[in-house]
Amino acid sequence: MRNVIFILMVFGAMQVQAQDAVHGKAVYEHWCSPCHAPGGRKHPGTSALEIIYKGEKPAVLEERLDLTPELVAAFVRNGVKIMPPFRKTEISDKDLADLGAYLSPR
Amino acid sequence: MRYPPGVSQPDFDRAVLEFEAAIGSDWVFTDEADVDLYRDAYSPMWGEEEEKIPSIALAPQSAEEVQALMRICNAYRIPVYPVSTGKNLGYGGSAPVLNGSVVLDLKRMNRIIEVSEDNAFALVEPGVSYFDLYNYIQELGLDLWIDCPDPGWGSLIGNALDHGVGYTVNPYRDHFEAHCGMEVVLADGDIVRTGMGALPNAETWQQYRWGYGPWLDGLFAQSNFGVVTKMGFWLYPAPEAFRSGSVQVMGYNDVHELVRVTARLMYSGVLNTNAGVQSPIQFVLGQNPEMAERYDRANAEDIRILDEFARSIDTPFWASQFKFYGPREIVDQSWEYTKRQFAHIDGVRFTDGENLDFPMPYEELMQTQDENHLGVPSMSVFQLGNRSNFNPTGSNGHLGFSPVVPMTGEAVIESNKVLGRVLREMGGSTVFNVPPYSYHQRTFTILVGFTVTRDVDANRKTREIFRELVKVAAEHGWGEYRTHTAFMDDCAQAYSFNNNALLRLQQRLKDAIDPNGIISAGRYGIWPKHLREDDDNA
Repeated sequence: MRNVIFILMVFGAMQVQAQDAVHGKAVYEHWCSPCHAPGGRKHPGTSALEIIYKGEKPAVLEERLDLTPELVAAFVRNGVKIMPPFRKTEISDKDLADLGAYLSPR
Repeated sequence: MRYPPGVSQPDFDRAVLEFEAAIGSDWVFTDEADVDLYRDAYSPMWGEEEEKIPSIALAPQSAEEVQALMRICNAYRIPVYPVSTGKNLGYGGSAPVLNGSVVLDLKRMNRIIEVSEDNAFALVEPGVSYFDLYNYIQELGLDLWIDCPDPGWGSLIGNALDHGVGYTVNPYRDHFEAHCGMEVVLADGDIVRTGMGALPNAETWQQYRWGYGPWLDGLFAQSNFGVVTKMGFWLYPAPEAFRSGSVQVMGYNDVHELVRVTARLMYSGVLNTNAGVQSPIQFVLGQNPEMAERYDRANAEDIRILDEFARSIDTPFWASQFKFYGPREIVDQSWEYTKRQFAHIDGVRFTDGENLDFPMPYEELMQTQDENHLGVPSMSVFQLGNRSNFNPTGSNGHLGFSPVVPMTGEAVIESNKVLGRVLREMGGSTVFNVPPYSYHQRTFTILVGFTVTRDVDANRKTREIFRELVKVAAEHGWGEYRTHTAFMDDCAQAYSFNNNALLRLQQRLKDAIDPNGIISAGRYGIWPKHLREDDDNA
């Protein structure tokens, strides 16, 4: 019985995580990809990261393997250079947690 | 929690409780970290005492909630500053003109209420962005285009109310001109519908804009007389084709004929979109002190030598880009007709540009020269001031000084010389020829761009130059069409005919419509009675 409960708990946790990542992807596509999609000519976020990292890291956020929810939250709520911060009516705290989950290594 | 000016702390504390009861405590932002998200990210006063910072922010979800909030604000005389999506970056963003105002953030009001394909209109709330409406139309497969400004994340309503513009055809590209019908909540919480919307069960609210009696919509643009909660917009039935082409002329004085013919083509409807005047030789002249001096002086001998210089390096002095939208046959013939109108200019050259047929897949649209000109919203424009190989640190934002000048060759030359001199003398950018562009019908707008930094001294210098440009431009009869909140008083004061009669009339209207002066105090230079200085009526 304990094993069944454990399996259910793990399964439940995976469900929650999967659901969050799906929503996080939707948040990303709505709010982030207009600037951070592949192709720096039309996407200023990608273009800026190409200049910063010079190929040492991927310029496209979705390809990064070193992002954490905390780092994502810091940039979203503080902005950087021409990227303004995002308000809670745009990206809520729940949206932000899901976005962090989506962009963290999967 | 910060407190707004002119309101006692106990009154504001009571008002906050009432705000929470009206819209829910989750949507009343009082924590300073949350409220700081409403600072103007591109403020040219960032970190200085002059920077305007809100006290709290409210985020209603419906017109009824806006009404409830306005009644509370009016009762306690709380200054309130509505923003649609707060993305008007470069023009003040979501920060108020009056420090400590309560921001009314309408982003959650994001319903696309109706889109009619057959009658080509949309009715939307303030939180709807150009991306939202574009995606909605694409998902439904409607045969319609939107007209979008450069950044796609802004509000249709906010952009139109600030006289924002786009790049397709008339009348859609002038976003206020493309609107039809509004819903507005007034300072006392009353709600009004303009045009045919005043007729209960109106069936033509988004099709017949004048309604019955005086047309009042203009009162709610670039002003502070109400909170617009719905607005209709005409949409462009998707055209079959697009093509562009360039006309280049070799001589300094050819600009007069280039612009005269361009204007005639526009006024007759052959050209029904924007065009500008560039100077391909500008960069070369800027590198050559002798030629730059001759360009600035431009007597007969200077012009002869400038023309010889242009021919010697085989570079046109002036060029205009033209665009055509519509049925394939008309687009092709319009370009041929346009070329014939310029053929009499000695040495004129023509270059074909893009030639596209629609519909096109999104991925291909994003590979065109400028997708915004094809009704596709994007963020490409934010390459302006972005990190680049030439400027690896990038900027913290931008501002634009944008006076309106006549569509004449004389104005093209004179405005660039006058503004260029101010920039050079004050140590600003030595931009030689800032390309005039017909953002609005029948005029050119000169757009002088500034970058914003986090360096206080640099920003102060930018403000000093900006204010001098406002003053000098006004002395020549050129006024701004729109400006950053930091310069709204300067620009309003420039429109000073008959002892500022227009501003005085706007103040009288303000006092009548919003007697407690609670909405967006100071926006576009309109201050309520209790905050006006040196006012005999105050």
